[in-house]
Amino acid sequence: MSTPQQTPASNGDVVLRVEDLRIVLDPSGIDIDDQVSFAIHQGEVLGLVGESASGKTTAATSLLAHQRRGAKIAGGSVTIAGTDVLSAAPGALRKLRGGLISYVPQDASAALNPALRIGTQLMEILEAHSFGSSRADREARLREMLEEVLLPSDRSFVRRYPHQLSGGQQQRVAIAMAFACRPKVIVLDEPTTALDVTTQAHVLETIRDLTRSYGVSALYVTHDLAVVANLADRIAVMYAGRLVEIGSREALFAGAWHPYTRKLLAAIPDISGDRGLHGIPGWAPRPGQRVAGCAFTPRCDMHIDRCAIEFPPDEGETADHRVRCWRWRELAEAPLDIRGPLREITEAKNTLQQPSVVSVRDVSAFYQHKEVLHGVSAELREHRCLALVGESGSGKTTLARCIAGLHPFRIDGDIELRGTPLARDSRSRTRAERQAIQYIFQSPYSSLNPRKTIRQLLAQPIDVFFKLSREEAEERMVKVLDQVALDRSLLSRYPEQLSGGERQRVAIARGLAAEPTVLICDEVTSWLDVSVQAAIIELLAQLQAELGVSMLFVTHNLALIRSIAQEVAVMSEGLFVEYGLVDAVLDDPQADYTKKLLTDTPTLELVQ
Amino acid sequence: MPPLLKLILIRLGLGVLTLFLVSLIVFAATQLLPGDPAQAILGKDAADKARYEALRQQLQLDRPLYEQYTSWLAGVMVGDMGNSIVQQDVPVTDLLADRLINSTVLVLFAALLSIPIAILIGALSAVWRDSRFDSTTNLTNLTLAALPEFVVGILLVLFFATAVFNWMPAVSRVDSEVPLSQQLDLFVLPAITLCIAVVPYISRMLRASTIEVLESEYVMMARLKGLSGNLVLWRHSMPNAIVPTLQVIALNLAWLAGGIVTVEYLFGFPGVGQALVDSVANRDIPMVQALCLLIAAVYVVLNLIADVATILISPRLRTGLR
Amino acid sequence: MTDETPSTRKIIEEQTLDDDLGMQSNVVLQPDPALAPGVAKGARQYGEFVQLLHDSWHVRRTKIGLGILLAMLALVILGPLVAPYSPTEFVGPPFSGPSDGVYLGTDYIGHDVLTRVLYGGRTVITLALAATVLGLVVGVSLGLIAGYGRRWVDETLMRALDVVLAFPSIVLALLFVSVFGPRLWLIVLLVGLSHAPRIARVTRVAAMEIAHRDFVRAAEALGVSRTRILGAEILPNITSPLLVEFGLRLTYSIGIIAALSFLGFGLQPPAADWGLMINENRIGITVQPYAVAVPVVLIGVLTIATNMIADGVARALVGIDRDTGAAA
Repeated sequence: MSTPQQTPASNGDVVLRVEDLRIVLDPSGIDIDDQVSFAIHQGEVLGLVGESASGKTTAATSLLAHQRRGAKIAGGSVTIAGTDVLSAAPGALRKLRGGLISYVPQDASAALNPALRIGTQLMEILEAHSFGSSRADREARLREMLEEVLLPSDRSFVRRYPHQLSGGQQQRVAIAMAFACRPKVIVLDEPTTALDVTTQAHVLETIRDLTRSYGVSALYVTHDLAVVANLADRIAVMYAGRLVEIGSREALFAGAWHPYTRKLLAAIPDISGDRGLHGIPGWAPRPGQRVAGCAFTPRCDMHIDRCAIEFPPDEGETADHRVRCWRWRELAEAPLDIRGPLREITEAKNTLQQPSVVSVRDVSAFYQHKEVLHGVSAELREHRCLALVGESGSGKTTLARCIAGLHPFRIDGDIELRGTPLARDSRSRTRAERQAIQYIFQSPYSSLNPRKTIRQLLAQPIDVFFKLSREEAEERMVKVLDQVALDRSLLSRYPEQLSGGERQRVAIARGLAAEPTVLICDEVTSWLDVSVQAAIIELLAQLQAELGVSMLFVTHNLALIRSIAQEVAVMSEGLFVEYGLVDAVLDDPQADYTKKLLTDTPTLELVQ
Repeated sequence: MPPLLKLILIRLGLGVLTLFLVSLIVFAATQLLPGDPAQAILGKDAADKARYEALRQQLQLDRPLYEQYTSWLAGVMVGDMGNSIVQQDVPVTDLLADRLINSTVLVLFAALLSIPIAILIGALSAVWRDSRFDSTTNLTNLTLAALPEFVVGILLVLFFATAVFNWMPAVSRVDSEVPLSQQLDLFVLPAITLCIAVVPYISRMLRASTIEVLESEYVMMARLKGLSGNLVLWRHSMPNAIVPTLQVIALNLAWLAGGIVTVEYLFGFPGVGQALVDSVANRDIPMVQALCLLIAAVYVVLNLIADVATILISPRLRTGLR
Repeated sequence: MTDETPSTRKIIEEQTLDDDLGMQSNVVLQPDPALAPGVAKGARQYGEFVQLLHDSWHVRRTKIGLGILLAMLALVILGPLVAPYSPTEFVGPPFSGPSDGVYLGTDYIGHDVLTRVLYGGRTVITLALAATVLGLVVGVSLGLIAGYGRRWVDETLMRALDVVLAFPSIVLALLFVSVFGPRLWLIVLLVGLSHAPRIARVTRVAAMEIAHRDFVRAAEALGVSRTRILGAEILPNITSPLLVEFGLRLTYSIGIIAALSFLGFGLQPPAADWGLMINENRIGITVQPYAVAVPVVLIGVLTIATNMIADGVARALVGIDRDTGAAA
């Protein structure tokens, strides 16, 4: 979407302009990104939001005229402060990169050369761009850079290798490198995805401070709208390789004009509990599988015939807020349809009166010789869901594994199923016990045997626990697939033919096929897109209510739990920091850690 | 104790253990047989009483097994491997000394020839990926890597000694009077054969690891920082690409310890390999034991060097992380 | 380690270019069938192993390799049926050149070279195949046990195998031949066992990677026995690298066994064997090169063919891994 000279919400001139950018797969020529146009003004932060297959990362690296092997920039232009980036000669391009526009990578641990000290890697960018007039100048700048990102600047730190730094520190080094030569534009490619919530909050703050103090313009690429909500001045939404809406933060959150944006907003978990979580059925199409017109058509509940044939043009009332949808005017009138939450979930009556199904008493667990769980106690109740929330290393997965009998090291304490003590190892448990507790794993890409068909995968628990005839077994499989909203035709497919969301549904179906009493969900949505995550959470909540299973929901995302759990245990470093009813804990946290977690979790305050 | 030193000492310890077990196997293979080893070894020659007795004496077959082993091992440690059966009264170590030198020179010659060539080819194919050069080298490597080394040797002989020119002697007739340094032309064909056997592996490895490095995140990052092509290649890529290649180089050198067997035999080169073949044919057990032990030891030592070198080169391992 | 959230390397790898390409999903069903663009190109209908075979076939070098291999097999199997003479028959003066009826000349004694060539491949191929299969069976079994079993079992097995690895295959064979003499079964046994450590290594690494995947844990949670897990969950997922390894090992086996014959420790005269022929006729190489050249070229071509097939399969495998986003 080109913005002719009008001045938008931000002050200042246009620093970066992208017009009609088109990136294709090499050599097939299939579109990854197409017709992408936007502009960033002086001092402005533009959030580029998209889920998987949106093409946002590809668009981001194009701003530095770079594409990975397998992709090629096929058309369009990128202009920064008057310089045409895409047609720059190699020498000029090198000067640009790091000098005029710099890049903060997604995974700093991979982006730092493991064989070089970080001091070398920081200094070389200063040298390459001939910063300052002497070595002393550069060394001073180096120290300054490190201090700005709140890292030590002494000699011993500078001589370290990347692997000797923590994830957060590595990311700060990457940020320091980006700001080194005071560029005009910085491209940040999901720089906090690899970090946990607290570190993420710190890093975001650092980024915000630095962009303000340097007056630098930034493009912040992310899949998480909540993260960018407090950082970006304007937001651009991408879907299936195209920009579908762009506008100021206020405009979008007050009333988005594109059906996808609206749905995306509704899919973001709300920690305050004012909003319900609603997913989008289906998934984003890959390059080569998109319909000719608007790619969102198959998933859009407002689509008309024209949508599948013609891609809508760039439209809008002002230069500030642009959208590409045939029916945008109707949406501009309608307020955001923020349905209320399923309050029945967290306000479940008599939670504490429900009988206990699984009792965990004073359980300590070890990882080799180190104690990682320190005497925790919890109850999983009938018909209820307990959420285990914590960051990495908190011990939540360990606890879940202990309950499931999948923890290979020493466990002290008692775990009981309806009063009977459970053996440590699942192999030593009775068949009935193994059947009663089913575990759903985090990664849908790793929990299904790629060599088996869906039928064979679902058959496994059925064969182990029940004596059914062929027909009966098939019936059971169709039934569980139905419960997870999948069609029976998937039975003869292989996992790789399914999307991430579908695979996770199959994993859930597999768990249900055993007719369990307890369902343990271990970060089951972490690998999924926001919209797909929301759909899965909806499904799980629904299943829990209908089937009455007890659920243990493990997650690092505090914002999710109101949509699914009645009780919550907040964990840190192997201990329960807080334990109680969800409403109570989230509305009135007692522990400092919980309070901190609540403040650090990015939220989206939508204007009604 | 610094973790680095500890790591290295552990490796050394394991190496020694391996050598120990190797000696056990060598011993077991030759003397730990059901029935009478001397009988089995001599076969019909056992009728010759003198030889039979001499062999029994040599192998100390009258003593209990573990004593046989320990005294043999003790002998190995001090360099006394007994006398050759074929040339009685001549210590094995005497017979091997010269040959060992010859073989070492041959292997070094082959290594000095192969390593630079392989590195050059590997690096160029990576940098000029998918070019004509790359595809041709790829195919050549595939072909040469498949061929057994004696096939390569014979083909070379066919080519140089017969069909085309009459340059090289088809068989190395070493004049034992003349010092080897003046008969260098005898090294050429064997060295070239060994070289051809080894270059494909090293260059393929270097190509693969260079490509992997060139496509890595940190090289992409280096480019996005605006660093020059040279810096990206030499400072960022090469140090990382070299490591797996070093291992392959060491492994191939170790392989050469075995490869010389057929090659020396083929060219009649007076080295350790040919000695092994001869002694096996003659059933000269003490010689066989000594040679097998020697070759295996070289293998183990070279692998050890490869391990330690890798540790020293990668900063991760150097700073003690696993 | 146990509590890693998605904030690990892997998710990043998935979410870069692959993410933009939506590599995770191979579209099969659309929510609105009327708008379905059809089944994605390359969507797999069959199991991955069959897919691997299918893809390998399309790599050109596999076809070439297979073609050559089949031709060689035909030569070796049918050869004796069309040989003009018997391999031990005297047909002329030693080292005489090609003539009428004796198309490749005679060897060092006076046998017909062509006949001996036609008879001479059987041993090499049979022994090499037997040795490789033996090595594969032993190596895979040990590798699976080491890769999926307890830590101490793994350590002990690997140390033990390291000792075998300390011997170049040919040296190991010679060591035993010096005592037992040139027995064919011994050669097969030793060459096979010398392959075992390397195959075990590959199997172990592959098995360990699979054993870490959640679907193996899921089976453990159900209480499936370790043996069943090895056979039904792990083994089917490592067949691809094993196939490649088989091809490579076969190439080496052929080389070593031919070399042993060449050194005089394989079949003994007057049997017809390519390796033996090369050695026997070396002296006359300047006079009658065919007696050496033909068997040498045949051995070379055979090894090139098997190597090409192995390489073709390896390339197809890399292609498949990229598409499914599996760890290489």
